[in-house]
Amino acid sequence: MIPLPPTAPPGVACADALACDVACFPTSGAYLDLVRAWRDDGFEICVDLCGVDYLGHPGRVLPEGVVATRFEVVVNLLSVSSRRRVRVRVQAGDREPRVHSLFDLYPGTEAMEREAFDLFGILFDGHPDLTRILMPEDWEGHPLRKDYAVGRVPVQFKEAPGPR
Amino acid sequence: MSDVTHETTVRVAERVERLTAETSEGPQGLRERRSTGPDELGREVGAVLRGTGITLDPRDVDVERHDDETMIINMGPAHPATHGVLRLMLELDGEYVLRTKPVIGYLHTGMEKTGETLSYVQGATNVTRMDYLSPISNELGYCTAVETLLGVELPERAIWIRMMMAELNRMASHLVWMATNGMDLGSTSMMIYGFRERELILAFFEKTTGLRMNNNYVRPGGVAADLPDGWEDDVTVICDTILERTDEYDELLTGQPIFRGRMEGVAPISAEEAMALGVTGPILRSTGVAWDLRRTMPYLAYDQVDFDVIVGTYGDNFDRFAVRLNEIRESVRIVRQCVERMPGGDYRAQDAKVTPPPRARIDESMEALIHHFKLFTEGFQVPVGEAYTAIESPRGELGCYLVSDGGPHPFRMHVRAPSFANLQAVPLMMRGGMVSDAITVISSIDPILGEVDR
Amino acid sequence: MALEDLHHNFLTGRLEDMVRWARRASVWPATFGLACCAIEMMAAGAADYDLARYGMEVFRNSPRQADLMIVAGRVSQKMAPVLRQVYDQMMEPKWVISMGVCASSGGMFNNYAIVQGVDQVVPVDVYAPGCPPSPETLMHAIFTLHEKIRTGEVLQRRGGATPPAASSDGWTPVVPVAVRLGTPT
Ligand code: SF4
Repeated sequence: MIPLPPTAPPGVACADALACDVACFPTSGAYLDLVRAWRDDGFEICVDLCGVDYLGHPGRVLPEGVVATRFEVVVNLLSVSSRRRVRVRVQAGDREPRVHSLFDLYPGTEAMEREAFDLFGILFDGHPDLTRILMPEDWEGHPLRKDYAVGRVPVQFKEAPGPR
Repeated sequence: MSDVTHETTVRVAERVERLTAETSEGPQGLRERRSTGPDELGREVGAVLRGTGITLDPRDVDVERHDDETMIINMGPAHPATHGVLRLMLELDGEYVLRTKPVIGYLHTGMEKTGETLSYVQGATNVTRMDYLSPISNELGYCTAVETLLGVELPERAIWIRMMMAELNRMASHLVWMATNGMDLGSTSMMIYGFRERELILAFFEKTTGLRMNNNYVRPGGVAADLPDGWEDDVTVICDTILERTDEYDELLTGQPIFRGRMEGVAPISAEEAMALGVTGPILRSTGVAWDLRRTMPYLAYDQVDFDVIVGTYGDNFDRFAVRLNEIRESVRIVRQCVERMPGGDYRAQDAKVTPPPRARIDESMEALIHHFKLFTEGFQVPVGEAYTAIESPRGELGCYLVSDGGPHPFRMHVRAPSFANLQAVPLMMRGGMVSDAITVISSIDPILGEVDR
Repeated sequence: MALEDLHHNFLTGRLEDMVRWARRASVWPATFGLACCAIEMMAAGAADYDLARYGMEVFRNSPRQADLMIVAGRVSQKMAPVLRQVYDQMMEPKWVISMGVCASSGGMFNNYAIVQGVDQVVPVDVYAPGCPPSPETLMHAIFTLHEKIRTGEVLQRRGGATPPAASSDGWTPVVPVAVRLGTPT
C-alpha cells in the first residue's frame, strides 16, 4: 500500500487491492480533489473508468466508515513515470447516481463517462457532452443495470417511416 | 410548371430529411456551428490543454466562422475506410477538417451484460469476440483477472505457451493492420501480402486450437490443449517466413516516396496529449514514451525474454507504422525464444478447483466424471472481491475489471478496451488536416470496432 | 434459312438462361463488414482463397453498384436501420448472405443489443453457419447462392414480396411503428 499524496483531502479511507498499489474510497465530495491530488502526484493516465451496479450483492468488502450505495464508479489511474497503479472507488448514490466529472483533469475520460452514463445512468456533473454513446439515442433504460433484463428485444426502428 | 418543380424540391427535401432521420443519432452526432459554443468548438485543443493548465488560444477556435462557410459530412458507419462500423462526422472548410466527432456503438454487442450470465469457464468464449484481430490477448486479459481473484498458480509451460500464442497473435494482428493500412493508401498489393502471411499463423492456430479466430484457447488455469506434435517446426517456419517478408514490406513501403508523403508528418500527437487522452499502445510509443506493459509491468514470463520496446519520435503516422512494423520483428524474437526455452510439464494448473480431470480418468472414475460435469455446467466459484489486471494487447493496454460475489458467474465484467480510449485521439489528430488524410489517421489508430463497442 | 453465309459456329439458348448465367458469374458483393466475420470475408477475398475465381473479387463500396450483400457479423439495434438503408439503396436484382451465427440468429449474444437474426430486417437467401464461418464455408454459401440464381426466377423483384403501397402524400409507404419494450421494472 502506498501512502496518499500530500495534497489529498483528509479522511479518505484506503485499503489493499489485488494487482494494484492502493484502493481509495473517497466520498463523492472528496472525489475530485483526491483524483486531482493523485494526478499532481504523477499519475498521468486515467486508464479506466467504469460503473458498477451492486444491486443484489450485499457482501462486498469496504473499509470502515464507507457507506455502501447501489452504484459505484471505479477509476483506475496509472503512473507511467513511477510504474504504479491506483484505484479510486467512489460511492455514487442509489436513486440518482451522480458524481463529478473528471473531464477537466483527464480529458480521456470523456468517452468512458459517457459509457457509464449510457449503460448505468450515472450522471457526471461538469461533463461537456453527456449523451448516450453505445446505445441508440432514443433507447429507453440503462441496460447494464442489474434490474434490466438480459433478454432479447424486438428490433427497434426509428420512428421516422422511410421509403421502403 | 414552376409549381411542379417546387413541389418536387419539397418532396426531395422531405425525403432526404426522412432518410437522415432514420439513421441519425441526434445529439450523439456533431452539432452545427451556430448552435455550438466556443468551448465546444475548441474542445479537441482545449481539453488537452486544460490538464496542463494552459488556457485556450482563441485563434485555434476560429469562432467567427459561420455555417455557410463550412460543411458537415458524414463518414460511415458503412464506409470502406473506417475499418468496420465507425462513423465520423467531419466539419470541413473546403478540404480542411475543423472538427471531428466519432459516433460509435454500431457494433454494441452487450458483451459485458452477457458476461454476467456466463460462468467463468465460458467467459473466455465471450471476451474473445471483442477484439477479433487478437482474440488470444482478450482471453489472456480476462483469464489473468480471473486467476488473480482465484489466486491460482500457473505451471511454467502454460505461461510460455500463452506467451508464444499471444506474440503470434500480435504478429497476425499487425499484419492485418499493415494490409488494411496499405489498402487505405491505395497499395492493394500490400493488402494481399498481409493476408497471405496471416494465413500462415492462422493455420497454426487452427492446428492448435481448432479454430482460426475466436480461439477460446486460453482458459482460467492454463490453456485448453497442449501444442500439437511438431509445433517447433511449424513455428520456426512461420518466424523465418515472416521475418523475411517484413524486409520485403520495408522495401515496398518504407522507402517509397508516395507512401512516405502520405504518412510523414501527418497527424502528429505529442506524448502529453496522448497520455491526457488515455491513449496507450503503439500510438503512445510512437510519441517516444517507452511504455510497454510487457516490459514495464511484466506479466507471464516477459521479464525472462529478450526484446526491445520500439519507440518513435514525432508521433506521426509514419512513426506509428514503423513502430508496428518493428514490433512484428520483436515478436518474432520472442517467439523464437519461446521455441528454444519451452519448458515441459503440464499445460494447465492441476488445481482440481478450476481444471477438469484428464480424459483417461473420466473413463475410469465416477467422481472424475461428476467433477467434470459440475465444472462445465455450474462452473467454479470465485472468492468475493474485485480486481483490475492489464496486459499489452497489440493496440494498447487491455484491462479487465472483475467483480465477484462469490458465485460461479462474474458479478460485473468490464473490459478496458484500448481502441475505445485510442479513438478519442481522432478529433485532435484530424484537426487542421486534409480530409484525404482522415483515412490514414483512422487506419493508423487501428481501431477494432468490436472492442470499441463491446 | 439464311444461315448459309454464316462462317462461324453459334449456340442457341434461352434468354432466361443467359441472364441467369451472366448474373451468376459476376456477383458483385457490397462491402458490409461488421465484426469478426468481416475479417474472414476479407481473408476469403485475399490471396489464399481468392474469390476472383468466381468473378466476385470486386467488392463494391457503393451499394448502388452491388448486387450481393454479405452481412458479415453481428447486427446491433443501432446498426439495423443503417443496414436496411444500405439494402434499400441496392439495385434489383439483389441477394443477401447472412454470414455467421450472429447475423443468422443472434448466435451466442442473446441479449438486448443484438438483432436476433438479420432476417428480421432484410430478406436472406443463404445462411452461412459458423463462428466465424471459415472462408471455405463462405465459399460454399456463395456456391449455394449461385445455384439459387441459376435455377431462380429472372424477373421477380426481391426487395419484398409486395411493393409497398403509396400513402396519401404519394411517397411514403405506411410501415408499422416499431413496438418498444421499456425497461423492466
Ligand atoms: S458469428 Fe462469431 S465470428 Fe461472426 S460476428 Fe458473430 S461472434 Fe463474430
